[in-house]
Amino acid sequence: MRKFLLSTLAAGLMVAAFPALAEEAALPHQPWPWLGVFGQYDKAQLKRGLQVFREVCSNCHSLKLVAYRNIGYFGFTDDEIKDIAAEKQVQDGPNDQGDMFMRPARPSDRFVPPFPNDQAARVANNGALPPDLSLMTKARPGGPDYVFALLTGFTDPPKNFTLPDGMYYNEAFPGHQISMPPPVADDAVTYADGTKATKEQIVKDVTAFLNWSAEPELDVRHSLGLKVMLFLFVLTALLYALKRKIWADVH
Amino acid sequence: MSSHKFENKVIQWLDDRLPIFSVLQHDAIDYPTPRNLNYWWNFGSLAGIMLVIMLLSGIFLAMAYTPNVNLAFGSVERIMRDVNYGWLLRYLHMNGATWFFVVVYIHIFRGLYYGSYKAPREVLWWLGLIIYLVMMGTAFMGYCLPWGQLSFWGTTVITNLFSAVPLVGDAVTTWLWGGFSVDNPTLNRFFALHYLLPFVLFALVFLHLVALHTTKSNNPLGIDVKGPQDTLPFHPYYTIKDLFGLGILLMFYLGFVFYNPNYFAEPTNYIPANPLVTPPHIVPEWYFLPFYAILRSVPDKLGGVIAMFGAIVIFFFLPWIDSSKVRSATFRPIYKQIFWIFVIDCLVLGYIGSQPPEGIMVPLGRVFSVAYFAFFPLLWVIGKLERPKPLPQSIAAPVLKGSHASHSDKPKEKA
Repeated sequence: MRKFLLSTLAAGLMVAAFPALAEEAALPHQPWPWLGVFGQYDKAQLKRGLQVFREVCSNCHSLKLVAYRNIGYFGFTDDEIKDIAAEKQVQDGPNDQGDMFMRPARPSDRFVPPFPNDQAARVANNGALPPDLSLMTKARPGGPDYVFALLTGFTDPPKNFTLPDGMYYNEAFPGHQISMPPPVADDAVTYADGTKATKEQIVKDVTAFLNWSAEPELDVRHSLGLKVMLFLFVLTALLYALKRKIWADVH
Repeated sequence: MSSHKFENKVIQWLDDRLPIFSVLQHDAIDYPTPRNLNYWWNFGSLAGIMLVIMLLSGIFLAMAYTPNVNLAFGSVERIMRDVNYGWLLRYLHMNGATWFFVVVYIHIFRGLYYGSYKAPREVLWWLGLIIYLVMMGTAFMGYCLPWGQLSFWGTTVITNLFSAVPLVGDAVTTWLWGGFSVDNPTLNRFFALHYLLPFVLFALVFLHLVALHTTKSNNPLGIDVKGPQDTLPFHPYYTIKDLFGLGILLMFYLGFVFYNPNYFAEPTNYIPANPLVTPPHIVPEWYFLPFYAILRSVPDKLGGVIAMFGAIVIFFFLPWIDSSKVRSATFRPIYKQIFWIFVIDCLVLGYIGSQPPEGIMVPLGRVFSVAYFAFFPLLWVIGKLERPKPLPQSIAAPVLKGSHASHSDKPKEKA
């Protein structure tokens, strides 16, 4: 039994080591509040991150998989969500006359993108396409740590590094040339809850918001997981005791 | 057929007409199982349970999934966000594939270690290998369905392998795709086949079980069952042992589902498929990596494809390649070492397959691929040269410390 468990564990570790070995130089880890078995989102932080997204990121980036109704999770009232949605116009129709028309966005609408299509986004951004941010923290190795490193990674290029016009140097970005200008600085936003808006604070908050956009189920997943694991632990212990009892007359 | 008599008259009436109860009694309760099976024998039933979990989660996922190139990615995200517990279904299915393969690989290596492929279990072994091949096909087509970047490019790379076939290769590839590139017809047929093949698997598993219950289980000593003193009824002895093993497996599996559901996934697959942008590093799922490493180790495309498929097909001939009459590696001192070297070789090949094919990885891949294939002729040679340790008289003898050794070995098995 012990030998079996040890060899299973060893095999498991080897399997687990594969993706870890494949990773490149590790990014500095940030102490995100949702990490760990008991980890949950900080809703005040998500609210601040939403504010950063709406005031800064959303000028260029879309968030097509998230609906306005979803931010009710942060504690907004229905009326507040309606007001937030109604700030943007969406095309609807056709109406009875057969015409398309513009109307204010509703809570059931997804976040309205800043550009009508990819081509328009490229024209407005010097040929570069600002990616949709809905799944950004899941779609890059390193996840939220990468997003944090990227948003805080703008520096002057090292000597001998020729940076093309309209490009910026970023330590975290693969290839180090990025089309996005440094998006945030100290006091780029004024937080409604009075939190001091340092650059680091802003980046942390918006990364938390983007992580929620990518994994809105995380809080439920963690709390359900805890119950499931506790149940399984007790069940397996009982099954083991029963196994010992049933096999007692054989050994 | 129905030899068993039941107290309940309704059950007896039904059983006289359709012997489900006596078959269950015979094959799931009374079924005489070697009394010395260790925990490595848990993985067969665990694989069966994983198949059922995959079927159930998959059927419910299919109710909310849309196999269309413009909608597939979004429909998966809709499952994750808007379907009640859709995220749970999808993560169960996604991680279930990983743990299904973990369980099946352990099951295969257990068979390898204890010589479960040898006479009279050759057909049982073949059926297992066919199950494994169909499983790989199912998993490969399932990975295409979310239509992320690696779904698309993985499908493109692997289906392109068929173009290596001389003369008809390109035509075959076009036929597989249903067009001139991986596109909507490809996604549609992959979805249809991904839904179909698990039921084929279910039927194959049934045949695997029929073959198993015909030849009976092998055991850690690799010697034949001599009589009732060597066996225990399947229930309750092995039902409880399997249930305890299931509890352990579920803790690993659900631990990942709830706390690190994307651990075995590639981040690139959360970017929607784009035929115009090739990802810098195309890797298959981890369970294909050793074969991917073999494929890339051969500098010729057709040669690589042959080597990759040959790496699996050669296992069909294992019962005749292995020239030793002794089944269990416990009594084969040299084979035991070769076996573990082979296991390590497979793990190293898996690591090499996960790395970009450059620098030291290329020669390493070749060395370990050659070592992989060297295992088989070596097995034949060792069988001829090795001096196996003396085999015990019976299963009961070592288990009962010789107290029953005087028992007659007259076969007293129930019909």
